[in-house]
Amino acid sequence: MSPTASKSLNPLSPKERIKIPRQPMPEQPPDVRNKNFNEVNLGYSEELARQEARRCLECAKPTCTENCPVGVDVTAFVELIVAGDFLGAAAKIREANVLPAITGRVCPQEDHCEGKCLLAKKVKPLGIGYLERFVADYEQRRGTHVLPKVPPTGKKVAVVGSGPSGLTVAGDLIQKGHKVRVFEALHELGGVLVYGIPEFRLPKQIIREQLDYMREMGVEFETDVVVGRTVTIDELMNEEAYDAVYIGTGAGLPQFMGIPGEHLNGVYSANEFLTRINLMKAYRFPEYDEPMLDLHGKDVAVIGGGNTALDAIRSALRLGAKKAYVIYRRSDAEMPARAEEVHHAKEEGIDFQMLTAPVEFLSNGKGWLTGARCVRMELGEPDASGRRRPVPIKGSEFDLPLSVAVMAIGTMANPIVQSTTPGLGTDKRGYIMADSEKQRTTRKGVFAGGDIVTGAATVILAMGAGRRAAASIHEYLTTGVW
Amino acid sequence: MFKIIKAEFIAPGIKRFVLEAPRIARKQKPGQFVILRIYEEGERIPVTIESSDPARGTISIVVQSVGKTTQMLNSFNSGDCISDVVGPLGKPSEIEKFGTVVVVGGGVGTAMAYPSAVAFKKIGNRVISIVGARNKELIIFEQEMRAVSDELLITTDDGSYAKKGFVTDELRQLIESGRQIDLVLAVGPIVMMKAVAELTRKYNIHTVVSLNPIMIDGTGMCGGCRVLIDGKSQFACVDGPEFDAHKVNFEVLVQRNAMYREQEQRSLAEYQRSKAAPSSVNAEHEACAGAPGGTR
Ligand SMILES: Cc1cc2nc3c(=O)[nH]c(=O)nc-3n(C[C@H](O)[C@H](O)[C@H](O)COP(=O)(O)OP(=O)(O)OC[C@H]3O[C@@H](n4cnc5c(N)ncnc54)[C@H](O)[C@@H]3O)c2cc1C
Ligand code: FES
Repeated sequence: MSPTASKSLNPLSPKERIKIPRQPMPEQPPDVRNKNFNEVNLGYSEELARQEARRCLECAKPTCTENCPVGVDVTAFVELIVAGDFLGAAAKIREANVLPAITGRVCPQEDHCEGKCLLAKKVKPLGIGYLERFVADYEQRRGTHVLPKVPPTGKKVAVVGSGPSGLTVAGDLIQKGHKVRVFEALHELGGVLVYGIPEFRLPKQIIREQLDYMREMGVEFETDVVVGRTVTIDELMNEEAYDAVYIGTGAGLPQFMGIPGEHLNGVYSANEFLTRINLMKAYRFPEYDEPMLDLHGKDVAVIGGGNTALDAIRSALRLGAKKAYVIYRRSDAEMPARAEEVHHAKEEGIDFQMLTAPVEFLSNGKGWLTGARCVRMELGEPDASGRRRPVPIKGSEFDLPLSVAVMAIGTMANPIVQSTTPGLGTDKRGYIMADSEKQRTTRKGVFAGGDIVTGAATVILAMGAGRRAAASIHEYLTTGVW
Repeated sequence: MFKIIKAEFIAPGIKRFVLEAPRIARKQKPGQFVILRIYEEGERIPVTIESSDPARGTISIVVQSVGKTTQMLNSFNSGDCISDVVGPLGKPSEIEKFGTVVVVGGGVGTAMAYPSAVAFKKIGNRVISIVGARNKELIIFEQEMRAVSDELLITTDDGSYAKKGFVTDELRQLIESGRQIDLVLAVGPIVMMKAVAELTRKYNIHTVVSLNPIMIDGTGMCGGCRVLIDGKSQFACVDGPEFDAHKVNFEVLVQRNAMYREQEQRSLAEYQRSKAAPSSVNAEHEACAGAPGGTR
């Protein structure tokens, strides 16, 4: 893998490129942003973007692209940025990724493209996520999407769930000339992107813009439809004449720990807590009707160490929490959250209680939460996940006063579609079985992907599955071969 | 946008709506509910489906004015639109031939128990219905219940109509008279359902209640609707809303339903103040400008 600077639009030598430091992302200062819901990262300017782009070594065999679940041609789009052709760069990304403004913001780049960037062996990796975000936003501001024109095929596809996985399928298939209708259970489209991930990480306006673009391309959306209840997969295929169905219903069911006191007032699942804030705008109560507990001056903790946990606790901080804790039973190294979010959360003043777990929630005797009895942990032998298992330290119990506790310890498969679709195979955890190459389920014409197949994962993996599914749905619709 | 086809008060503060919701109408079974969001800034609230007409593509619901959302909804009229109606949600009632089924409806709960009473009768049960309310004016669905019941007993708390007393008084008499009762279904205020449960527990009569915890999505996603059943957490929107009354922890239900009491009172007060202000925009009556159903 030798860098090839020949014929490049970038005049710099590899040595010169390595000398340029990674351009920092302009952001709101921590003590300002922890009081508002505006986006933390402000985005690169054109100059910053071009300077960062110049750092790319343009590897002949780019490991970044190899490690991108949707295979974005990184070196090509970055080179276009160097040349100042930002719209060209956006078009290049769109060939592989229909939601670049979103992935540029929420992808765990350290696990994919940037994690494998050659630069990272010597200096900091190329800011691929920042660059992706820059061109996507640039394109959006310019408002110049080129709408693809394709002859209709006469085939109809139903997409169940409007999360990143379903939207990817819809976006890809509409460009092949199929009729696509997306069915969504909630009143808003976007899945976790709208009900889970907060405004300060992913402004809802970005999702609305993506959806508008998809509508322009001809995708139809129907909200307030719980497939399995409002209409079944079989009814969609037999009575509404859909030729294929894609299931992208996500990993929606919140888990609780099963410890005493979880039913107390003040104990939330992260899903409920974030849904009240993001989907229902409870933080703007009483302008919006959905209420939530007032967090001003309160002590709040989240249990868990993933993106969900950090989103919940950083929201609590912004809603006035006095103390905001992350209680995580393993150590820093095992935290599954995006590195940037952990960094931001620490800057904002979140108190990380590592190697700690609650064993009981305490009440005032009237049904309201007053605290958590916690125990300290140490790491023992590796468990099934390969991570060292946390083991409670005897006698280390202590009580943490709390008004609100948010459980963010993971999710399970939502069974509604599976239990109402005869012949749809599921694994022992209840997730839908789909082959990893074509995303086909055990039912002819029915495809599935995203969190409902893999369990809770990431936006880009859900999109990758959607991309593969769209290709195989197209193949199925045109050849009839299952 | 879901259009209101018909809206009429059937008692003071209790309004019956017929809504255009063809998908839901086709699938609804007794015991199931919908979640409504009546306008853009609205909260999501669960409401039991009273009946449906698949041929016309309509469902009916009965709403009692309690808080801001229900008061606002009860100011809607035919021709107005509701932003979102999603369903049918929850497990349907278990309708089997049990023998003799006593259907107990308290207040607006009578409208919610009604579809199950119809189904119990249709499948061949002997149906005894007990309908209760605070006073005469608040007795609803009397004719409808009479039509599907082999016997109908009515109570009012104040004695302004039929027998003075509580539904549990009638139920106790029935039980003590030695009548064989195979199932009791009770739908109404929590205190009533709890009293029924305590009564029938003593006689070991299988009893089902329909719970009404606070909900958001209604699909099992948020866990806000969790109730304690036999000491274990269950989600009322997917595992219920009907549960074995003798296993329900009613204290926890009451406690969780009181979680936002302060906010609810504030919301209602501000709504009433804004309604009183002559210059207030009449935002509540949604123009039916959007596409029908959930098309967005
Ligand atoms: C708070 C939070 C923060 C996260 N942060 C990140 C991050 O920074 N980076 C990252 O990569 N990943 C993150 N993730 C994970 C990521 O969001 C998910 O992996 C991804 O959204 C999965 O996409 P999906 O399309 O499979 O499902 P979802 O996004 O879950 O969408 C599923 C959709 O289907 C709908 N649905 C469900 N059942 C039905 C039904 N029966 N009928 C109709 N519709 C139905 C749901 O309402 C939902 O809208 C986060 C997750 C959470 C919860
Ligand atoms: S209402 Fe959200 S899980 Fe039941």
